[in-house]
Amino acid sequence: MANTISFCSETMKQYEWLLTRYPTRRAALLPTLRLAESDFGELGVPEMRYVADLMEIPPAFVFGVVTFYTHYRRAGTGKFHIQVCSTLSCALRGSEDVVSRITERLGIKPGETTPCGHFTLSKVECLGSCDTAPMLQCNDDYHEDLSLEDVDQLIEQLRAEAEGGQNG
Amino acid sequence: MTFRKILTQHIAEDDCHTLSFYQRNGGYSQAQKSLKEDQPDDLIELVKAANLRGRGGAGFPTGVKWSFVPKSSDKPKYLVVNADESEPGTFKDRVIMEKNPHLLLEGILICCKAVNIQTAYIYIRGEFVFATQRLQQAIDEAYEAGILGNDCLGSGLSIDVTVHRGAGAYICGEETGMLTSLEGDRGQPKLKPPFPAIEGVFGCPTVVNNVETLANLPYILEIGAEAYCAIGPEKSPGPKLFCVSGHVENPGTFELPMGIPLRKLIDEHAGGVWKGRKLKAVIPGGSSAHVLTADECDVAMDIESLTAAGTMLGSAGIIVMDDSTCMVDALVNLMRFYHHESCGQCTPCREGTGWLEKIVHRIAHGDGRMEDLDLVLDVCDRMVGKTICALADAAAFPAQSFVTKFQDDFVAAIQNGGSPAWKKRHPSAVGGTASHG
Repeated sequence: MANTISFCSETMKQYEWLLTRYPTRRAALLPTLRLAESDFGELGVPEMRYVADLMEIPPAFVFGVVTFYTHYRRAGTGKFHIQVCSTLSCALRGSEDVVSRITERLGIKPGETTPCGHFTLSKVECLGSCDTAPMLQCNDDYHEDLSLEDVDQLIEQLRAEAEGGQNG
Repeated sequence: MTFRKILTQHIAEDDCHTLSFYQRNGGYSQAQKSLKEDQPDDLIELVKAANLRGRGGAGFPTGVKWSFVPKSSDKPKYLVVNADESEPGTFKDRVIMEKNPHLLLEGILICCKAVNIQTAYIYIRGEFVFATQRLQQAIDEAYEAGILGNDCLGSGLSIDVTVHRGAGAYICGEETGMLTSLEGDRGQPKLKPPFPAIEGVFGCPTVVNNVETLANLPYILEIGAEAYCAIGPEKSPGPKLFCVSGHVENPGTFELPMGIPLRKLIDEHAGGVWKGRKLKAVIPGGSSAHVLTADECDVAMDIESLTAAGTMLGSAGIIVMDDSTCMVDALVNLMRFYHHESCGQCTPCREGTGWLEKIVHRIAHGDGRMEDLDLVLDVCDRMVGKTICALADAAAFPAQSFVTKFQDDFVAAIQNGGSPAWKKRHPSAVGGTASHG
């Protein structure tokens, strides 16, 4: 099946700039996948295939790379991907309570997405912010030193943003 | 000599990350001078004499590492800055990258001069989006100001720096895994030799240095090797970033001389054990280090002292646990981490980390058997030193030390049908969970 997606012209410029930074084309794969993620919103099979064709890398290799790492935004992820750090320093300061609170508020367990597609909840390994435990990453942003009230507030704010975006 | 902070001195100030702030405070003056006047070999000798030890975890002497790069090679040479910072309990390089990115860039310039390198990559973990933005801003400013690019700082040298963002994988903090990842592949480590200094990224000689290591270079040039060696213990001197997390009142990153007593660090700098509780255990060097009991905490935080105490300084990620901590639950958490992060290419690690997680999990969940304690140690013996990289060792060290030093917690969980926290959540459970039997 022919690809029906492609980078917008601005992204294509960034891709071409990336190629100038490395001695091999393949070295630009990880950053190019970031461009795809941001341009297309997620990395599903069509997006991976597009990158593979663009970079002349076998699709299976691209799939292998995307699935080796945990931080690419895979197909089916909610608009807001809430990733709660669950490794030791955060666990010692209540990360499990943060997860339970989010589960309670959103009605989803770790690994699940709300039916409306707004939220995905994940438990993830150390995010390198142990001094501000418990903490989570929502899309690109860190939310640190969380109390359960902070969690409630964050969810309300994100919910408003998601619903606002939908109506507007 | 009074100790002066050099990595984090100005981080409370608003525009500390900008080029103008950095230059107002003397920034880039060492690189400016060095790029024009110093001979590469003299720089290597200076860093050797200063006894700068790598701040990433292994503590290898930086100048010695540089000297391994062949001078006669006609291949390009690379510097890859390890900014993957993924060892649980570690959050120090993030401070430098977010608050003092030009210090890192100045260190990169000095290293490039010493080893005749024209291309540097900063491999930063994918989750650090803000730090990536800060670094990119700093790099853009530096190119604009003629500090990077062609004719750096008017020296005639050409040095390019590129930020390369990872995508979520602990193993990419291991140097060969990181280089494989930088080449666009899955971040699986490679056997050494060849060492990166001979054959690293893109098959070329490569220096791999940690962020904090490079950030020490301008100061070494400023004060000289002798004065630098006078900070802290002679064999591993210098200012050091210590990360304290877990059950303390005031967690954070503290810049102090190498060799500070661990108790002083916890009690005076990190505000002591929280909620007035007692200390139970401390992991002193990132989660891969052997755990210390409260009685073992009268130790100096430097490479030699911690090695002598049977553990390691590692990444200086100090995780404090109070007397309410169940060491079985804490170990389940760490074993899940290592099992999740094993890259899967070596059988002893792929299978071993899985077995360790399962065994410790069943102890915590009421299905443990007394012979499991020996089984954990036996599995560890089959992992340590038997794999391409050190991840298997990193998983085995906490397993061995938790089980032997806190045996009472494990025995109690086996005898009482699970860890206290698990029993609280499952009050009606008599035996254990069938799924983990």
